[in-house]
Amino acid sequence: MTSNGSGFDVSRIRKDFPILAQQVHGKPLVYLDNAATSQKPQSVLDALNRYYTTENSNIHRGIHYLSEQATADYEESRSKIRRLVNASDDREIIFVRGTTEGINLVAGSYGRANVGEGDEVIISAMEHHSNIVPWQILCQERSAHLRVVPMNDDGELLVDEYERLLGPRTRLVSMVHVSNSLGTINPMRRVIEMAHSRGVPVLVDGAQSAPHMNVDVQDLDCDFFAFSGHKLYGPTGIGVLYGKADLLESMPPYQGGGDMIKSVSFEKTTYNSLPYKFEAGTPNIAGTIGLGAAVDYVSSIGLENIESYEHELLEYGTKALSSISGLRLIGTARKKAGILSFVLDGVHPHDIGTILDSEGIAVRTGHHCTQPVMERFGIPATARASLAFYNTRDEIDALAKGIDKVLEVFS
Amino acid sequence: MSDLQDLYQDIVIDHNSRPRNFRKPEGATRSIEGYNPLCGDRYTLYLKVDGDLISDIGFQGSGCAISKASASMMTDAVKGRPTKHAQELFDSFHKMLMRPPGADFDADEVGDLEALSGVNQYPARVKCAVLSWHTLHAALEGDGDSITTE
Repeated sequence: MTSNGSGFDVSRIRKDFPILAQQVHGKPLVYLDNAATSQKPQSVLDALNRYYTTENSNIHRGIHYLSEQATADYEESRSKIRRLVNASDDREIIFVRGTTEGINLVAGSYGRANVGEGDEVIISAMEHHSNIVPWQILCQERSAHLRVVPMNDDGELLVDEYERLLGPRTRLVSMVHVSNSLGTINPMRRVIEMAHSRGVPVLVDGAQSAPHMNVDVQDLDCDFFAFSGHKLYGPTGIGVLYGKADLLESMPPYQGGGDMIKSVSFEKTTYNSLPYKFEAGTPNIAGTIGLGAAVDYVSSIGLENIESYEHELLEYGTKALSSISGLRLIGTARKKAGILSFVLDGVHPHDIGTILDSEGIAVRTGHHCTQPVMERFGIPATARASLAFYNTRDEIDALAKGIDKVLEVFS
Repeated sequence: MSDLQDLYQDIVIDHNSRPRNFRKPEGATRSIEGYNPLCGDRYTLYLKVDGDLISDIGFQGSGCAISKASASMMTDAVKGRPTKHAQELFDSFHKMLMRPPGADFDADEVGDLEALSGVNQYPARVKCAVLSWHTLHAALEGDGDSITTE
């Protein structure tokens, strides 16, 4: 737990995350389940506490002091997120519950307005269920077709196949930026460029990219970008959908209710302008403010520093795990983020998870909401260690030792 | 959490690596699939029932050590026994798994299945241990050709 050359001081960073100091089953907690959800720094916990302690009130409609304070903080979070992803306008930042709701919003609004009978939506073979099922529902409703871009044995997208699938009936491409079960970083700029050359918009599932690398939506030129707050060191129940303003303007509302209207009568309702048109009902105010604090926190460290530190850790972990006999890494793309998915000869991932847990090591086991990926690799499940910038080489060593223990129990 | 030895007793590890009755019996009269979508455990259970007697039983498939060892022990425990015995054994086994930590259970009632008594300390793993038993129960009741546990 020492600083590396870039001045990245992990031991100091770990002090910002109170949960990491605890023991589990009498062993120091080794938290390697960051792709499921990340831990929260003290500043996020403080922001939630401060909101509920000093300014709890409803936003956008009160004329009293607390409401003005809460509204200002809520909207300030929107600006922080706009800066984080380099969107050009706050109106392009829609608060949702998480990536899943962001995708459902696009499927339910843009999709239903633009996808008709015989049309096609393209996804990839490495999507999370949340980027499969909303499109299946849409395609079923519209008698449209879902097309799936295959991948190779390393878990890399087959770009040539993608190009072949892009056709005159393609209405939308929705693709994961970083695979949650394989770690693959997809070549999104190329994917987007190829779709745009045919006039097709692209939604990027950024659940696993936004917390771990710099995302610039203007540079990517994506049309939609969805991510979750709780994977970005913020609270659960809050997420973001970025959309290009002209697309969002053209789309019908997703949900109806308070705050998304300008005026309502029984004869006619006028919808509110962006971004409020897509934020019906009292939103997750505390979560939004907490997410703003999380954005401040990662920005103070720098996502480029986070990315390079996690990459070093991934290389270290890849080496450590590859040297264990009988262990096979699932997901070996050349461009990878901090995901170490693996299987062990003769040991089911579920047993790996239980034994590692007894050593205080938290990993995820199962299909990671990517059953088609498991099918593709001919396995029922994997054990997955997923990294964050507060993890250390010592923790990777603990993981490797824990896997030795698994092999011992099953020897 | 208690010692891992309570969960992965030698007999459990042995049943996992050398499952008994891991085959499709000749003349099986019923087959049913048991599936746990959460962990991907998937087994097919084959039964030959003569009147009230389970004259033969076997299983095939894959899953974690607890689910496989439990299925293996179950087939040993109910083969050649009346169906009523299987149902009673399931009740006793289920009681043993669901008992609060530290509570006693009737070791005589469960026989060799006692090897899985430590599962009660791992709530997330109880469903692994009962998958094959739910499958057997469904097969004997004859409702459907696939069951799932979560």
